Amino acid sequence: MNLLEISKLTLRIGAFEALKGIDLSVRTGEIRALVGESGSGKSMTALSIMKLLPGGARTGGQINFGGKDLLTASEAEMCRLRGNEIGMVFQEPMTALNPVKTIGEQVAEGIRLHTGATRAIAEEQTRAILDRVGLPGAKFPLGRYPHELSGGQRQRVVIAIACALKPRLLIADEPTTALDVVLQAQILDLLQSLVDEERMGLLLISHDLAVVAGMAHSITVLRHGEVMDTGETTQILSEQTHPYTRQLAQASMHVPERTAHHLTLATPDGPLLAIRNLTRTYPGRRKGLFGRDPDFRAVDDVTFDIKPGQSTALVGRSGCGKSTLARMVLALDRPTDGQIHFAGRRIDKLTPDDLRPVRRNMQVVFQDPYGSFNPRHKAERLIAEPLYLLDRELSDGERRDRVHRALERVGIPRADKDKYPHEFSGGQRQRLAIARAIITEPKLIVADEPVSALDVSIRAQILDLFADLNDRLGIAYLFITHDLAVARAITDTVMVMSEGKIVERGKTEEILRQPLSEAGRALVRASPDLHKALARRITEQG
Amino acid sequence: MSAPTEWQANISKAFSNRSFVIGLTITVLLALMAALSFIWTPYAVGSFDILGKLKPSSSAHWLGTDHFGRDILSMIMVGSRNSIAVAFVSVVIGAGIGVPLGLWAAARSGMIDEALMRFNDLVFAFPALLSAVMITAVFGPGAINAIIAIGIFNIPVFARVARGAALSLWPREYILAARAAGKSSLLITIEHILPNMMNILVVQGTIQFSLGILAEAGLSYVGLGSQPPMPSWGRMLFEAQTMIGLAPHMALYPGLAIVITVLGLNLLGDGLRDVLDPKMRRERS
Repeated sequence: MNLLEISKLTLRIGAFEALKGIDLSVRTGEIRALVGESGSGKSMTALSIMKLLPGGARTGGQINFGGKDLLTASEAEMCRLRGNEIGMVFQEPMTALNPVKTIGEQVAEGIRLHTGATRAIAEEQTRAILDRVGLPGAKFPLGRYPHELSGGQRQRVVIAIACALKPRLLIADEPTTALDVVLQAQILDLLQSLVDEERMGLLLISHDLAVVAGMAHSITVLRHGEVMDTGETTQILSEQTHPYTRQLAQASMHVPERTAHHLTLATPDGPLLAIRNLTRTYPGRRKGLFGRDPDFRAVDDVTFDIKPGQSTALVGRSGCGKSTLARMVLALDRPTDGQIHFAGRRIDKLTPDDLRPVRRNMQVVFQDPYGSFNPRHKAERLIAEPLYLLDRELSDGERRDRVHRALERVGIPRADKDKYPHEFSGGQRQRLAIARAIITEPKLIVADEPVSALDVSIRAQILDLFADLNDRLGIAYLFITHDLAVARAITDTVMVMSEGKIVERGKTEEILRQPLSEAGRALVRASPDLHKALARRITEQG
Repeated sequence: MSAPTEWQANISKAFSNRSFVIGLTITVLLALMAALSFIWTPYAVGSFDILGKLKPSSSAHWLGTDHFGRDILSMIMVGSRNSIAVAFVSVVIGAGIGVPLGLWAAARSGMIDEALMRFNDLVFAFPALLSAVMITAVFGPGAINAIIAIGIFNIPVFARVARGAALSLWPREYILAARAAGKSSLLITIEHILPNMMNILVVQGTIQFSLGILAEAGLSYVGLGSQPPMPSWGRMLFEAQTMIGLAPHMALYPGLAIVITVLGLNLLGDGLRDVLDPKMRRERS
């Protein structure tokens, strides 16, 4: 019998039909992937199982867990099940832990609540599970606070909380989306081994087929609250009979068509951007009245060039210094040492006024399409902001023309210029961010993880847009990412960064095929790849 | 969508918010009462009627009379003027000095921030009442000195709120984008920081306004606020204290006036915060 059997699950929130009759099952020891884009209802399905739905939600159908219908279970019964028989891992490790409690307390809390164990026994069990998830006692005593841990370590704590009582079912809602690829691979490995050891059922939620292809036994594809496709992983992915599954798979592996590769262009004018021995150190943490930790070198003696129209990727794991480097290039942060030349002019020591013509030619696109706009301004005003950099003030008509042209280039209808940011979807917002970046017709755009917060199909569209703008307008990119698929898609050259240093550089295809540095190899190995995962599974099955 | 319709949407949103409507009603009534007192009160507040003293509510004196036979309703009406003036001016002083200080501290950070905030702590360490006692000891009691004392007390409150809100806004990506667009800290503060913390400031303003009314009542109660014969709610309470057994209404009505005013302002602040939140500005379709 199935551990979890969902049949004809419906969910209404107000007038919105979030789920329209979902059928889904998880067997003991099975990893079931639930794949879909934002708004497909995958998180709502998870919350329905936990009965943690927002107020005003009305459910129908059945959720059978171990012979009990959860939809009719009382809140007291659910409290006994949650944490004890059903564990849950959330997407965002930064907010899933209570910042004022130690990790030991947070893991022990659930153990004591459900088993009534004494403090000493609970602590012993806590120690054991933290050891198990890869946080050994020597380095991670129970008294550590969440802020002392990195994102990946925090996610391990969250998993420890979810698995402390050896639940029969574990639900992981996008457990790796907030992490870089290397951490993602480690966390997925950890989940896989926990499932194998304890014979748990795992419901693994993701928006990316490539992430789950390597480990899920079976896949259910959701769209608009309906099951599109369901079945055994190898079969679903190799046959791809359902058009939507095919669409998701293609989006995951998408490579935009690029007509011109600007690397081959002759560039007599010298480099557009030249970075020489750039270093940024941060003072160490104060240890006492006089003592200090040694300075932290976030960027360490970095030198590189970008030619006009060249698209360069800067790849590396989170915390390797890529964003610090980007900020210095954009003159948002001052280097401790070294030089930045842009279009033949040294810019790292310029005053804000002298920087204006430089900034006009150098714009930025950020990762978070939600945070990168002032929520109180309309799209037109937001996009027009960099026009402030022009030497003369534009008339209203000229300004409007520029806004229209920028909107057209990124594929947003003109009429949308009077909308507020929250009225756009994530993908549209990222288009707006790009419109804002190109409105002054810059020569270089620095893009800091511009697609990592987007769904795969949206990601494919935005990558197309970047490639298209590179072709048509000849804009050079410094593309910062931890995702090699993104780098492969739209860049000519790649630089691999690790611990503040650039450890490897060269043509994108060559480096991604055969990385020489340890950091490069780790990234390539961990990068989710649908083809490779599928090939491996097929050989495993014979 | 054009500007007027957006305003209409805002206003209809505001009037469907219950705490906003109740708070606004109370505040408007208070303001009307204060305005009316300039041209008309049931009785002159200076007219004593010793024979008719300590009378409870009646058709002649709606809220009764005090120990000098003065009409309590008239005194509350004139006293509201005093309360509003002191609280309002002290909020203007506090916000007018405190908000720019806080914004400056957040924009510059480092030494300036540190120096400003430690100075803030210094001012904050003195209770309003104590600084009022100090100021009145030097300059003598009176409404103006009460305003200055409460105003000074408001400065660090606004400075802290403004700095805190601004610090949480500075690392936002749209601020970075504005910096990448070459805008100076001053311009960014005016265009992006200030509008996005307006709701917090408005709410803090209404809270400080109600605290100002309380503080004025407190100062008058100990004899450091406005001086007789100008009526004030705090002094009415003080005078009622000795008569509480004989004429409880003397304490009840000014007390109720203070409570209702403070409640109304707090409800107004809550309502405004909900209405001004841009995420609630227009329903997502």
